[in-house]
Amino acid sequence: MTMQTIDWKKYIFVLFITAAIFFTAISFSTYLSNKRVEEIRSVQEQISLDILSSEVQTALLEQFSCKDVSGTALSRELGALGEKLSFAEESRNADDPEVLTLKKTYSLLEIKDYLLMNRVREKCGTQNVFIVYFYGKDCDECRRQGLVLTKLREDYPELRVYSFDYNLDVAAIATLVSINKIENTLPALLIDENVYYDFQSIENIEEIIPQLKVWKEQKEKEKQAIEANVESAPEVNGQQEIAQ
Amino acid sequence: MFNDISQTIIYISLFFSLYFEVFLLITYFEKRPLLRQESIQQDLARFPTVTVIVPCFNEETTIPKTIFSLLRLDYPKDKLDIIIVDDGSVDGTLRALHRFKNNSRVRVYSKPNGGKHTALNYGLQYVESELVGCLDADSFVEPGTLKTILKYFNDSETMAVTPAVRVYKPRTVIELIQKVEYTWGIFYRKMLHFLGAIFVTPGPFTIYRTEVFRKIGDYRHAHLTEDLELALRMQTNRLKIVNAHNAYVHTVVPKTLRSLYKQRLRWTYGFLNNSLDYKFLIFNKRYGNIGFYVLPMAIISIFSSILLLLILTSTNIARAYDGLIKFITVGPDLGFSFDWFFVHTSPSLFLTVFSVGLIVSILVLARRMTEGRFHFSLDLFYFLFLYGLIVPFWISHALFNTVFSRKTTWR
Repeated sequence: MTMQTIDWKKYIFVLFITAAIFFTAISFSTYLSNKRVEEIRSVQEQISLDILSSEVQTALLEQFSCKDVSGTALSRELGALGEKLSFAEESRNADDPEVLTLKKTYSLLEIKDYLLMNRVREKCGTQNVFIVYFYGKDCDECRRQGLVLTKLREDYPELRVYSFDYNLDVAAIATLVSINKIENTLPALLIDENVYYDFQSIENIEEIIPQLKVWKEQKEKEKQAIEANVESAPEVNGQQEIAQ
Repeated sequence: MFNDISQTIIYISLFFSLYFEVFLLITYFEKRPLLRQESIQQDLARFPTVTVIVPCFNEETTIPKTIFSLLRLDYPKDKLDIIIVDDGSVDGTLRALHRFKNNSRVRVYSKPNGGKHTALNYGLQYVESELVGCLDADSFVEPGTLKTILKYFNDSETMAVTPAVRVYKPRTVIELIQKVEYTWGIFYRKMLHFLGAIFVTPGPFTIYRTEVFRKIGDYRHAHLTEDLELALRMQTNRLKIVNAHNAYVHTVVPKTLRSLYKQRLRWTYGFLNNSLDYKFLIFNKRYGNIGFYVLPMAIISIFSSILLLLILTSTNIARAYDGLIKFITVGPDLGFSFDWFFVHTSPSLFLTVFSVGLIVSILVLARRMTEGRFHFSLDLFYFLFLYGLIVPFWISHALFNTVFSRKTTWR
């Protein structure tokens, strides 16, 4: 007969090690997540600085140079930032105050950029096309609408998409909603002062904005020109090979 | 809601699996000097009498090889008895046994079919030796195995010695997965030996003192896992079970997924039901580590593997559905861009990676223990990536059968 003994110290020691592993994993993850938020914040600061400088330029109407302002890649940066922000929103808690503040700042930056671009368009007559997009939580169609807009932004870098969380507690968004009389039927798209409810496919939006077709044709022409160049190139190579 | 629940389950499972692995590794490093000591060859002081019972039911292809391996054991001929019990085979087993008719060292008995435990008990009644072992008819011993095992009986408290079971000539993927699993098993059982918590005395060549059966009774039906029940009964009666990690037995394992599934369904069902029968062991201080570590961990792993598979399946279905929606809405996504920003960095991911790392290190140690050195081979890959995906299926099936008390069959 043997008497079984339990080494309680070992059970506690293992518990301690396991807890330490857990603690390390959680701290490391928190560290990386904070890094991510910092990255978003620094991009936002950069953009806000850019907008401020453009605003100062517009304020000094006399010195207003259409070439300088319309040439900025501001909106594309904003778009990329939006994607990062929604990833952070998913991976952290959506109610995270850190993320919420970033989201509010982001919405304000978007509105500023929107107003600025409107003025540029009026003054310089440029062909900037805007889509103002309102989405909400628990809205299945919004997911698809978001995909469509991301795709459009990839295909047409000139297109400016401003997306807003309809229910975000920001006074400026509420004002934007009331000025344009946008109802709480999401997704909602505001294009050239017309409001479109329900999901809009890529084809629908291309119908609504004729300028997109113009851009598409331009792109195809450029592509054909490049292909024509490429086709003529191998002949040169072939001749070289023969010569060698 | 679903997310919160699944996250909680994931973290609890990760906590227990890490606890289990760290406990195992610490035991290893703590007991390594003892392990080295045991490996030093020492001679047997004396040669006790031994009887090996081989129960067989429809094993015509493997039984001759099993008997020949016993006849080749390096042990005095007059001290070793071999009893073959045919449990009413309907194939050519009896014909195969006929060739041993004139061998004075082999006794062949035949009885009507009644199950493995009845065949073992049938053989036990003819045993007069000091020690008795059993050997499944699909397993083969090495010449030195018996002597290595018997050294552990120098300790008068030792009542049973289990061997190290290896897979016989693995070829198919299913066999290779089991090869790694059995290597893990050799390591795990040795750690249980140090913890005094061996909970199964395998059919392939566990040797007992004959008095064990006189004291606590014969084999029982035990939900078709008589070797598990006997070990638990021995633990209940505080009879010491040890493991000889360098006494090798080679066993034929299922070659196909179907036959493996059948076997594991029986094992898991047996484990669950015997755990229910012996539930008083769990968290009972009197029975040591078997009640506080082995059985609780095994039961937790059964439930967590089912839950994790469910979560994994549902998240992947959701992901596939999202992908489909994306494809329908905007067409194929041809562009590929990589940004560190979008790499997931949740604690559960780090913990999973760490846990898998510990499993790999245990496998490395296990392989070094069984093969002398570590080498990488494809079977490790199969084990790590396929085994976890198939295990939950027989576990869930066994759990279902246990809850609704259905009978599980042998074949």
